[in-house]
Amino acid sequence: MENINLKINGVDVTAPKGSTILEAARMANIDIPTLCWLKDINEIGACRICVVEVNEGRGFRIAASCVYPVSEGMEVLTNSPKVIESRKKTLQLILSNHDRKCLSCVRSGKCELQKLARDMGVDDECLYDGEKTVYEIDNSAAHMYRDNNKCILCRRCSAVCEKVQGIGVIGANERGFKTNIASAFEMGLGETSCVSCGQCIAVCPVGAISEKDNTKEVFEAIADPEKHVVVQVAPAVRAGLGEAFGLPIGTDVEGKMAAALRRLGFDKVFDTNFSADLTIMEEAHEFLDRVKNGGKLPLITSCSPGWVKYCEHYFPDMTENLSSCKSPQQMFGAIVKSYYAEKEGIDPKNIVSVSVMPCTAKKFEIGRDDEDGAGLPDVDIAITTRELARMIERAGIQFLALPDEKFDEPLGVSTGAGVIFGATGGVMEAALRTAVEELTGEELPSVEFTAVRGTEGIKEASYDVAGMTVKVAVASGLGNARELLNKVKNGEADYQFIEIMGCPGGCVNGGGQPQQPASVRNFTDIRALRAKVLYDLDESRPLRKSHENPVIKELYANYLGEPGSHKAHELLHTTYVKRTIN
Amino acid sequence: MSKNSTAVPFNGTSAQKEELLKVIAEKKNDKGALMPVLQKAQDIYGYLPIEVQKIISDEMNIPLEKIYGVVTFYSQFSLNPKGKYKISVCLGTACYVKGSGDIYNKLQEKLGIESGGCTPDGKFSLEACRCIGACGLAPLLTVNDEVYGRLTVDDVDSILAKYAE
Repeated sequence: MENINLKINGVDVTAPKGSTILEAARMANIDIPTLCWLKDINEIGACRICVVEVNEGRGFRIAASCVYPVSEGMEVLTNSPKVIESRKKTLQLILSNHDRKCLSCVRSGKCELQKLARDMGVDDECLYDGEKTVYEIDNSAAHMYRDNNKCILCRRCSAVCEKVQGIGVIGANERGFKTNIASAFEMGLGETSCVSCGQCIAVCPVGAISEKDNTKEVFEAIADPEKHVVVQVAPAVRAGLGEAFGLPIGTDVEGKMAAALRRLGFDKVFDTNFSADLTIMEEAHEFLDRVKNGGKLPLITSCSPGWVKYCEHYFPDMTENLSSCKSPQQMFGAIVKSYYAEKEGIDPKNIVSVSVMPCTAKKFEIGRDDEDGAGLPDVDIAITTRELARMIERAGIQFLALPDEKFDEPLGVSTGAGVIFGATGGVMEAALRTAVEELTGEELPSVEFTAVRGTEGIKEASYDVAGMTVKVAVASGLGNARELLNKVKNGEADYQFIEIMGCPGGCVNGGGQPQQPASVRNFTDIRALRAKVLYDLDESRPLRKSHENPVIKELYANYLGEPGSHKAHELLHTTYVKRTIN
Repeated sequence: MSKNSTAVPFNGTSAQKEELLKVIAEKKNDKGALMPVLQKAQDIYGYLPIEVQKIISDEMNIPLEKIYGVVTFYSQFSLNPKGKYKISVCLGTACYVKGSGDIYNKLQEKLGIESGGCTPDGKFSLEACRCIGACGLAPLLTVNDEVYGRLTVDDVDSILAKYAE
């Protein structure tokens, strides 16, 4: 590749042709602050925070480094008085129309705008105060709210929604001072085909978009002596929660998390990994049943509620391909209010079933129809990883000093197959471990199906099992899902089994995980680091196949009967609807 | 539903839809096809209500929000139909200093619509215009091609009454 030589802050730098000034500076270990820039997603040079002085032989002038390509002999100043002055003025202007209720803002302390204002020494944030735009908060969606009064129009949210997820239900309307991020015809987000994935929340630099906070309901349930409050935690939470307490990305906090939940006062601390194992039992059975009996193929996984809603809106003619299995969250809730309640002699009406999820769509999922296996809502309250972190902080629990503790029995018992659900390809791998053994009747020589691992958006593999070829595909991120499904629809692919996760990289990168600023997101593969936690946990488990989970065995032997039984269907399976695009 | 959607019921004909689909089919694969398609659609329907934007969204595979964003960005596009009687109030300098702003406000109040809007019965639409070159008659307004000059706020009722049937 051709290289370009330039000088940044007087130092010689060599960068590949086509690099931007910002990327070249990064190679020379110089950070340039940004606000709107998201690598490969939002490269619009709009916010002017990344400005630098550039001289290409005609004197120094100000340019946006995130979109300005390097050229031979170019001189760049990233930190001159003129640059700082420009950034400062831009910030003052942004702040002049920004709702500065920073004290109680959900992003306070982790806000990218707040950090910039501090870094640039903006101590007169009301300098340009004048007319302000005032917007109503959009509370119409089940999972999140949008507060345009805090929006800085960086367009990171709309770029992710349209370009990564292929949805595009929010974008910039009107122009000039009236420009605002909203949906078509000012529809509330809840009226649109928003799928609740929360990727917009994950990239918002400020507090303009956030999940609906349900921590108050959880605290109240815990404080109510009449209630038996049971919590389940999704696999991916343990791979992300530590970040909220300053631990490096990719730190496993499974043990501390269990300890923290116990100290918060939950009566039982259980693991969604358990019901992930249960999902595999039902889903592997459903897959083999469809293969043997000429059912609808390809079978597509249904664990990701963002993906399920997307399918209902954008591929309504493919809802019969969705597995009828509920997601692990919902299966867990159904078992808690039936099997567990009976076993423990607790009236299920007194059980409050709480889930901690890396996901915002789970808040939507708990309110879906046909998610009440025991005649009561399977899950009563779904909170995100971020909300759990907030609860731990509010309760004054010194998270980093906690000992490692275990989940409670029986619903905290799981295998390595359950824990990898949180990474793209994990459900497929877990299902293959069980389905292949059932098909061949022999023990697998190796439980690792590495072809379906990794963070690529679309993966495919084929396996020869007991004389038949099983073709599988895995997609994560809904733009990738659309690409894959169009291939299936057009007859260009003949997979039998497909795993789809709504968020790129799977649940580890879910919309409910701790937010990482663009300065980290742009240069770190967060998805891979968090996924590694789950694969390491899998490897460390004595049992790595769902059908070997002793509690699952007992559950079938004493309660459900066989996978796919009438009782299993009543409790663990659901139905879908066809929706339109708005 | 929204501050920007019209209260006038959509009366698009199948001939109009056919024409729009033809335009889209012709331009669909061109780069930057959305602007010319929206311009043609406005020629066909006179405005761009949600029903028309949805057809364009479905046929061109562009999110509705993206289309709405473009429509609300450019002043050449209208979300409201023009009324049977199109009222234009001059807010140019001469008319404005002679009080056309008050006349304009009175009309908004009487008709119950804002600038660019149309009454639900499709009868009156209201917009502001700049100088039409008859400053000697300031302040003035036009209803279709009829010019009304040297107005006071009190004239508004009688002008509207003229078009009452």
